[in-house]
Amino acid sequence: MSGMRDTPSVLPLTVSGLAFEAGDRRLVDDVGFSIARGGLTVLIGPNGSGKSLTLRLCHGLLTPSAGTVSWAAERGTIAGVKRHAMVFQKPVMLRRSARANMLHALAAAGVTRGERAARCEEALARFGLGVLAERPARLMSGGEQQRLAIARAWSLRPQVLFLDEPTSQLDPGATRQIEEMLAALRGEGITLVMATHDMGQARRLADRVLFLHRGRLVEDAEAPTFFAGPASPEARAFIAGDLVW
Amino acid sequence: MLTKRHLLAATTAFLALGAAALAQDSRPAAPAQAQAGARFITVASTTSTVDSGLFNHLLPLFRAKTGIEVRVISQGTGQALDTGRRGDADVVFVHARAAEERFVAEGFGGPRRPVMYNDFVLIGPKSDPAGIKGSRDIAAALTAIQTKAAPFVSRGDRSGTHQAELALWQAARIDLAATRGTWYREIGQGMGAALNTAGGMNAYVLSDRATWLSFRNRGDLDILVEGDRRLFNQYGIMLVNPQRHPHVKQADGQAFIDWIVGPEGQKAIADYQINGQQLFFANASDTGA
Amino acid sequence: MDIAQSFTAAFGLILGGDPAFLAIVGLSLTVTLSAVSVAAVIGLPLGALLALARFPGRGAVIVLVNALMGLPPVVAGLLVFLLLSRSGPLGPLGLLFTPTAMVVAQALLVLPIVIAITRQLTEDLHAEYREHLASIGLTGFRAIPTLLWDGRFALATAILAGFGRASAEVGAVLIVGGNIAGYTRTMTTAIALETSKGDLPLALGLGIVLILLTLAINAVTYGASRVGARFAG
Repeated sequence: MSGMRDTPSVLPLTVSGLAFEAGDRRLVDDVGFSIARGGLTVLIGPNGSGKSLTLRLCHGLLTPSAGTVSWAAERGTIAGVKRHAMVFQKPVMLRRSARANMLHALAAAGVTRGERAARCEEALARFGLGVLAERPARLMSGGEQQRLAIARAWSLRPQVLFLDEPTSQLDPGATRQIEEMLAALRGEGITLVMATHDMGQARRLADRVLFLHRGRLVEDAEAPTFFAGPASPEARAFIAGDLVW
Repeated sequence: MLTKRHLLAATTAFLALGAAALAQDSRPAAPAQAQAGARFITVASTTSTVDSGLFNHLLPLFRAKTGIEVRVISQGTGQALDTGRRGDADVVFVHARAAEERFVAEGFGGPRRPVMYNDFVLIGPKSDPAGIKGSRDIAAALTAIQTKAAPFVSRGDRSGTHQAELALWQAARIDLAATRGTWYREIGQGMGAALNTAGGMNAYVLSDRATWLSFRNRGDLDILVEGDRRLFNQYGIMLVNPQRHPHVKQADGQAFIDWIVGPEGQKAIADYQINGQQLFFANASDTGA
Repeated sequence: MDIAQSFTAAFGLILGGDPAFLAIVGLSLTVTLSAVSVAAVIGLPLGALLALARFPGRGAVIVLVNALMGLPPVVAGLLVFLLLSRSGPLGPLGLLFTPTAMVVAQALLVLPIVIAITRQLTEDLHAEYREHLASIGLTGFRAIPTLLWDGRFALATAILAGFGRASAEVGAVLIVGGNIAGYTRTMTTAIALETSKGDLPLALGLGIVLILLTLAINAVTYGASRVGARFAG
């Protein structure tokens, strides 16, 4: 933790006027916010509100149609190393063992051969995945795969971790394990930005809430404030369970 | 001609690909090449000399004497001469005198040396629908086949045998172009394939005796006409012109020619038999052949 | 019965250990495996490139490659023949009527199969992996090694299909190899030769041996890739 404070930070991340179009449909429209160091920010909203797209635009997987995503350090890198990572709704597991999946990501990130093994073992041990190390990743359960995906992202030493509905396909037990992992990461000082449409999860984890609706950022508030009483009618309807899309 | 130009265009398109493949593959194939020995010549010859087993008899003798390996490609005479024209063989050993003399006159190789002859035989079904069995007159036999429109298989591949067959129709004063019908079947393949086809269709076919004797799938076929002087089949041998194709192995190729027209080669040819029958008659000394 | 004789001939060949026969089998395997290796070395990356690249005319290239899977062996042989003939552009290499020429011709036949199947498999795998690979920095063509490695068991099918095509064809090797006894005579050209000599039982016997060899290679590859795939998930 203290080590992280010493290194320069890629944060704050500043998003302004962000838009994304597919065909003639504007799926993300004039979204702007800023993410400072620490805490867990939840992007919440009904299906099609633009949560996942916003995460992908921030992570650089998509190119905005308009607006900017700017980091305190050039493209979120420090000394040429990308310091933000992402975990997907459906974990992408390579057709290899759990350990090989992690080593592959470390190699892709340019980590030296000797350090790869050390970091891999550290991550496996850190998240209790050691017993699964030799298992073919694609034959593991959904919960195990998502834990591996988070451990794999963690081994890259990100300062920011984007998560796109990481538990939406998991049973309650696995969901709880993931949430415990996220709380631990937050405690380490990693900045988490997570999309979810699970209100309960948002209440349990969020420090701050960005509420999106139909591609627009409708509300940006501290979590207690938001859950005590949202300012916008859309968010109120969503919390009440009336607004599904 | 359409085909040639299009082929060239396609070839150019694949040139880069071919070069890339070459660069990749020289290694894997190398052992086979090394094992085959350094000193060799390539001879373009006919199916009859290969299929009859004559080369299997001659080449070990030549190699034992000179150490030169002979790689034989068996083709029809026309194709073998073309292989020589392109410079893809060092020596051409074929049997169609007119075509050979044209090859020499065009400067592709030579001089032509007579080597040996064998003879053609007219093969047909034992049922003999044209009724020609036992005749020694090939012209009369062909006339009977044409008159009765009995099925006849032609090589149709510009081979020496095909050219000899065409000459025999001419000798019988039959204008194939005018009289041919479905009974006359050109297959465009080698001697063995022609015999297989004739066997399958109960057809007549002209074959060299050597291929016939070593042919295994005779079925209902038999020799019906033989012994006519017009059925004799002369073989000639030529070195491909080294002035035109500088890579031609002049010394080794000439050594093979000298050996085969010399006393040792001639004796080896005369000694070759199948089932007690001599197949080829050495006649290199007959300069008019 | 000819068929019964053929099986006798086939087992006679296998058990007899005739050096000339073994040399023919050896050359067949050497040529075909070399050709398949060449086609794999060139075709796997090209197929992956074609899967990931976006350029005008890409659809036409894919259609062309798919169509070339049906390239007649005789045509491939003729192309290589014209290239390698002493009178052709690569004549000075003196490769016509050598095993090398046969490898080139067969590689040409196998290449479209490898490219086409690799393209399809890589494209499907990339659809699944793309976001993760981009996230860890493997964007564009830098994804290719991962995709080829992870697709290796499925890609073995592409290689096998190519092997099947090469080991079965006679048209190309006959034209560019010349069927020279003891030098460029393979199983298939020997079969063609024995057929033309009318020794049909021996020809079919050779065919049976060829089929058994192909069967053995397929079985081994299939088994290996099944075991491997189970391990890798």
